[in-house]
Amino acid sequence: MRSAVIVFPGSNCDRDMAVALSNAGGRPAQMVWHKETKLPDNLDVVAIPGGFSFGDFLRCGAIAARAPIMQAVADFALRGGYVLGVCNGFQVMIEAKILPGALMRNRSLKFICKPVPLLVETTQSFFTQGYSRGQEIMLPVAHHDGNYIAPDDTLALLAKEDRIAFRYAENPNGSLNDIAGILSENRRCLGMMPHPERAVEPVHGLTGGKKLFEGLLHGMATAV
Amino acid sequence: MKARVTVTLRQGVLDPQGQAIKHALGTLGFDGVNGVRQGKLIELDLDDTSESEAEQKVTAMCEQLLANTVIESYSIEMVA
Repeated sequence: MRSAVIVFPGSNCDRDMAVALSNAGGRPAQMVWHKETKLPDNLDVVAIPGGFSFGDFLRCGAIAARAPIMQAVADFALRGGYVLGVCNGFQVMIEAKILPGALMRNRSLKFICKPVPLLVETTQSFFTQGYSRGQEIMLPVAHHDGNYIAPDDTLALLAKEDRIAFRYAENPNGSLNDIAGILSENRRCLGMMPHPERAVEPVHGLTGGKKLFEGLLHGMATAV
Repeated sequence: MKARVTVTLRQGVLDPQGQAIKHALGTLGFDGVNGVRQGKLIELDLDDTSESEAEQKVTAMCEQLLANTVIESYSIEMVA
């Protein structure tokens, strides 16, 4: 599995993401600086990591979404590439319109940093096929703006097309319909607020994210 | 020429920060505040050009970056 992690000024989960992808894929993930205009050739997966790109100025992810590399990421997604955005990466994907909706300030107005229980809502994607439907997993969240909102017709479409990947079992931030992560129309782009890359090794305390990376690799290996 | 862009959450979008301000005003004893919406003000200092041209340009800036039109609305005021 050939993977790359996009690095913005202010990214801080980029190395964790690279380790998680490298360990799952058996090949080191390549780090790509946001000022690049091209992605490495023959990539399978691009990950947009968590952090505080460009200091979250203007809106979370807004400036990063207009960085030079993002045109290449959008083209990659359009060509059917796999894109994983976590936390700030989810915000960037939303601002780049790779995924629909918006992420607002948490309803509590507080930064939330704790493990939360999630329900796996669909197994119909490489990212989630390693889990079982309805399975409860624990993943850490760490965000100030994870309150997912979308127009009613978008919410209805997401539900109808089985594109809600994860829901919170205990909603920490006010997200509509408890949404924690969503898939693109072609099911190859996943954006989520919780951090699977922070829960892959026993030393992390939680391992609920491991199957996400393994499922991705397994999907790649068996895809024709 | 200067442009003043006001970005606020769209009507109907819950504004948690506005609600917190409303609550705080109530705590201070200010009655009769029926709603508070918080937004941001962005002032742009632009090259001199015609007002309509500048306004067109600022509208494009709002659509592409300054506002997230999924949740925010914007208004533009040109200041001489």
